[in-house]
Amino acid sequence: MSDVIVITSGKGGVGKTTSTANIGSALAKLGKKVVVIDSDIGLRNLDVVLGLENRIVFDIVDVTTGNCSVQKALIKDRRLESLFLLPAAQTKDKESVSPDDMKKLVKDLGNEFDFILIDCPAGIEHGFRNAIAAANRAIVITTPEVSAVRDADRIIGLLETNEIDDIKLVVNMIKMSMVQRGDMLSIDDITDILAVNLLGAVPDDEAVVISTNRGEPVVKNEDSMSAKAFINIARRLTGEDVPLLDISIKENIVEKVLKIFKLSK
Amino acid sequence: MFEKLKEMFSSKDNSKNIAKERLQLVLVHDRSDCSPELINRIKQDIMRTLSEYVDINESEFDIEITRDKKKGSEKSTLVANIPINKLERIR
Repeated sequence: MSDVIVITSGKGGVGKTTSTANIGSALAKLGKKVVVIDSDIGLRNLDVVLGLENRIVFDIVDVTTGNCSVQKALIKDRRLESLFLLPAAQTKDKESVSPDDMKKLVKDLGNEFDFILIDCPAGIEHGFRNAIAAANRAIVITTPEVSAVRDADRIIGLLETNEIDDIKLVVNMIKMSMVQRGDMLSIDDITDILAVNLLGAVPDDEAVVISTNRGEPVVKNEDSMSAKAFINIARRLTGEDVPLLDISIKENIVEKVLKIFKLSK
Repeated sequence: MFEKLKEMFSSKDNSKNIAKERLQLVLVHDRSDCSPELINRIKQDIMRTLSEYVDINESEFDIEITRDKKKGSEKSTLVANIPINKLERIR
């Protein structure tokens, strides 16, 4: 059976769509057959992040209203053979999809795919309920900010209430220099507060902005720290045991001593 | 060793420590799944009972019911913070 994973966060702007695009692409790079579903009706974005915006013919509402089959609506990625996108509708009514529609849609995708990733809209309303309806696992994305962590906690509670018990955390946009001087919540602080297992940590990385500008996933080029982090996340999803990436900024011994005595910033 | 030294010298008011403390506090409230009226009745009762034994600081008396975050458990926990002004001996 396909692994159906919802990627959610509560708060907007923490990198749900970017993470969905990159985890999906990384899984496809690992040879898995993957569908990424944009469930943010009215605010479609997964298509531009993946650079597939010009190839949309049908969308999720065409599928749920019976205009076309789900297979027909899938857009095949040109770079990655085994990656497919089901885009959200941009102009149709938000209420046109129900949780039961989502369950049917995922069922109709069949067992052909290894992973079905559902990009959830921000918030805890209708769109959230649709996105989680068909999922059997969840990835909660947060950033090291009080607002994002608080919303992640609320989302974890709601997922548990909806009987999704396999919940894993991704801490995104970590600025290691700030963590190291004690001005940003660390990965440990966040997992401590939220009491969920960590799936991965992604550093704040200019490479993400640059690749998104180009409509390419950052994992296309494996050199950047964020690409490495997303690939590690994908490998962990396939069941591989991958140690956490060291994203700390190395200091020499003089800097360390100075820092201890607060002589340098 | 560096980590330990660093801890010794680093100040408690790092902004991340403030963030962590604030978050933990606000989440206690967020996770509470019980009506304010019930909380208030429990609070009054505990206060009345405790006052017979010790002099408690009523203004800083704080209780909350939190959802147990441990997997597979539906347990809720009562968390109370009751500052005592003076310990009186029971006669």
